[in-house]
Amino acid sequence: MSDKNKKGPESKTYKFDTLSLHAGYQPHKNAGSRQVPIYQTTSYLFDDVDHAAALFNLERGGHIYSRISNPTVGVLEERVASLEGGTAALATSSGMSAIFLTVMTLCEAGDHLVVSSQLYGGTVNLFRLTLPKFGIKCTFVKPRDTEGFKKAIQKNTKGIFGELVGNPGNELMNMPEISKIAHDAGIPLIIDATYQTPYLCKPFEHGADIVVHSLTKWMAGHGSSMAGILVEGGNFDWMQNDKFPTMTKPYEGYHGLSFAEEFGPTAFTMKARAEGMRDFGPCLSPQNAWNVLQGIETLSVRMKKHCSNAEEMVKYLLDHESVAWVSHPSVPDHPDHALAKKLLPNGRGSMIAFGIKGGKDAGVAFINNVKLASHLANVGDTRTLVIHPASGTHSQMDEATLKFAGLSHDMIRLSVGIEDIDDIKNDFEIGFRAARKPRLVSNQ
Amino acid sequence: MKFKVNGDEIFASTGGRPFDKNKPLIIFVHGSGLTHMTWVLQTRYFAFHGYSVLALDLPGHGLSKGKSLKTIEDMADWISSVIDAVGYKEASLVGHSQGCLVTIECTARYPDKIKTLSLMGGAGAIPMNPELLALAENGDPKAVDLMMDWAHGPAGHFGGHPVPGLYHINTGGMLAKSRTIKDTLGVDFRACDNYKNGFEAAKKIKIPTLSILATDDKMCPVKEGKKLADLIEGSKVDIIDNCGHMMLLEEADRVLKVLKSFITTNYPSKN
Ligand SMILES: Cc1ncc(COP(=O)(O)O)c(C=O)c1O
Repeated sequence: MSDKNKKGPESKTYKFDTLSLHAGYQPHKNAGSRQVPIYQTTSYLFDDVDHAAALFNLERGGHIYSRISNPTVGVLEERVASLEGGTAALATSSGMSAIFLTVMTLCEAGDHLVVSSQLYGGTVNLFRLTLPKFGIKCTFVKPRDTEGFKKAIQKNTKGIFGELVGNPGNELMNMPEISKIAHDAGIPLIIDATYQTPYLCKPFEHGADIVVHSLTKWMAGHGSSMAGILVEGGNFDWMQNDKFPTMTKPYEGYHGLSFAEEFGPTAFTMKARAEGMRDFGPCLSPQNAWNVLQGIETLSVRMKKHCSNAEEMVKYLLDHESVAWVSHPSVPDHPDHALAKKLLPNGRGSMIAFGIKGGKDAGVAFINNVKLASHLANVGDTRTLVIHPASGTHSQMDEATLKFAGLSHDMIRLSVGIEDIDDIKNDFEIGFRAARKPRLVSNQ
Repeated sequence: MKFKVNGDEIFASTGGRPFDKNKPLIIFVHGSGLTHMTWVLQTRYFAFHGYSVLALDLPGHGLSKGKSLKTIEDMADWISSVIDAVGYKEASLVGHSQGCLVTIECTARYPDKIKTLSLMGGAGAIPMNPELLALAENGDPKAVDLMMDWAHGPAGHFGGHPVPGLYHINTGGMLAKSRTIKDTLGVDFRACDNYKNGFEAAKKIKIPTLSILATDDKMCPVKEGKKLADLIEGSKVDIIDNCGHMMLLEEADRVLKVLKSFITTNYPSKN
């Protein structure tokens, strides 16, 4: 027998590129429509009174009201769950609402979270200023300080949260190690994987328990629609300790249901929907769900181009006389180069941070003069985007917080698009030329 | 709910309602390596409609303590002990896959105790693919991946879970990986492979019996399910199209409809 014959049977469940086109949708149940239909409706007919009661009691699956679930949104949820290798997902109106619902499903007043200090500015504000209003406190730890995550865990800590690759400093969390720390403490690890998409990294394979995304970014790609999602890995045992009574104890809001007992590997999503979506209501519109689905169809094709363009740009910037430093995990002397290779084997992402010689003034001149790159407060568009965080996304932060978040005044954040690489470089030349004589050239 | 059977603490879901000894009892028996959670879209309905429900975790499975039982015959006796342990004299049984072997054997052994029998994706024998059996006994997660592949029909492979947001293949896979694969799936597959008494047991069954089969079931094909049903006097067969072996989730509503009509007719609740 040849080795090939010895291999034995292989699972033929669909693979990534196929799932990104097909998962979550069955045409034969939708009038044969090849494209996912947009169910532009708020509510759904009950067959009879018994059917209505059955849906409300979670006796049967199905839709009641589009704040809770919608068939088009459901396709997106299943699709992302399948791509992440998760058991279930809940889509939300934005990435922020996915993070908020995750925290509210996990925590109560009096609880505590350990949080990476390098996060999207909006997320920092949520954890630092808004959650304390709900009685939920956080301790921030620098992403590379793996031991720091352990030390920051308290008796009332209910989870660790972070972005795998911090924004915008490009510092990596050691996800496998930090997940062990979380699991030793009996708490879940929650990863915001917006910048990676499941094409670059599936956090569940490295110990994460819940993944959140701003789908607004690379997952959609087109920059047309706001959307977010939380995805459950299904491996976390909520019953291992008494830290999560709202998951394990009878819940008054559903006839004494215990989510963990009844739904096991999908308990978190079930609770986030049944309670969080019901009571807070940040639901995704079916039109936006459909828009995001259009993007996900080409996820791996786009991510390949994003990553190859990013690596070209890294080389270009490293050689450039106007550039003081370049931060991207593909740079060999990046402190997390080896870890990035392990966690992001398909590419290191398309977010680059670089320092422009001449500091803040040069940064402003560069941003004001590029023509192709768009100056805006988003990332992960198919178009190249640039911003100067110190005066933009992170401008609400004081000096000390800025430093703690790993930011400096000369930093430019670049989200590399999928345009022709020569055009991006030519555009940057215009920006750099202006930056070298900031007072002479302005776009005013 | 937790209770003791033969000294081991056993978990069973009561379908979201308190267990009430005044209501007729339906016991749900899961398939190889799985848990009570596969039944969530049938149990809650009956629990809310006049029945006491126990969706069991077999010993050593899901949330139940104890060691996995090694033979289908032992599991059949154990189901009878469960009925005693919760203070009932009789029950209706519902089984899926391996759970069909267990409930057939139990019904043949305890004819006075069992009032109706509902079989989903059942057959008189479930000989295992030797490679799959070896993988499971070695605790290789590939066994779970293969099982999830073969257990879902072509439609189920795309998803389309009846509960919005859930993805079939990964949810099932995670259930089967929730305890040590070798000690759950490995032991169960071996028990299925060893069990030879299914057809003989079937001939002894005289109670109302329903078989729900699915056109795309690769693990217990319709042909095998029918062969078993033919041996059971007066048994009823219902075939679900466009569906695989995990019919209780893949086509939960259609399965519930058939099951509801069968149980409420043949084992009515006065509540
Ligand atoms: C990493 C990360 N997480 C979350 C968010 C918030 O997502 P949204 O803007 O969709 O609310 C962003 C958006 O800027 C982000 O970059």
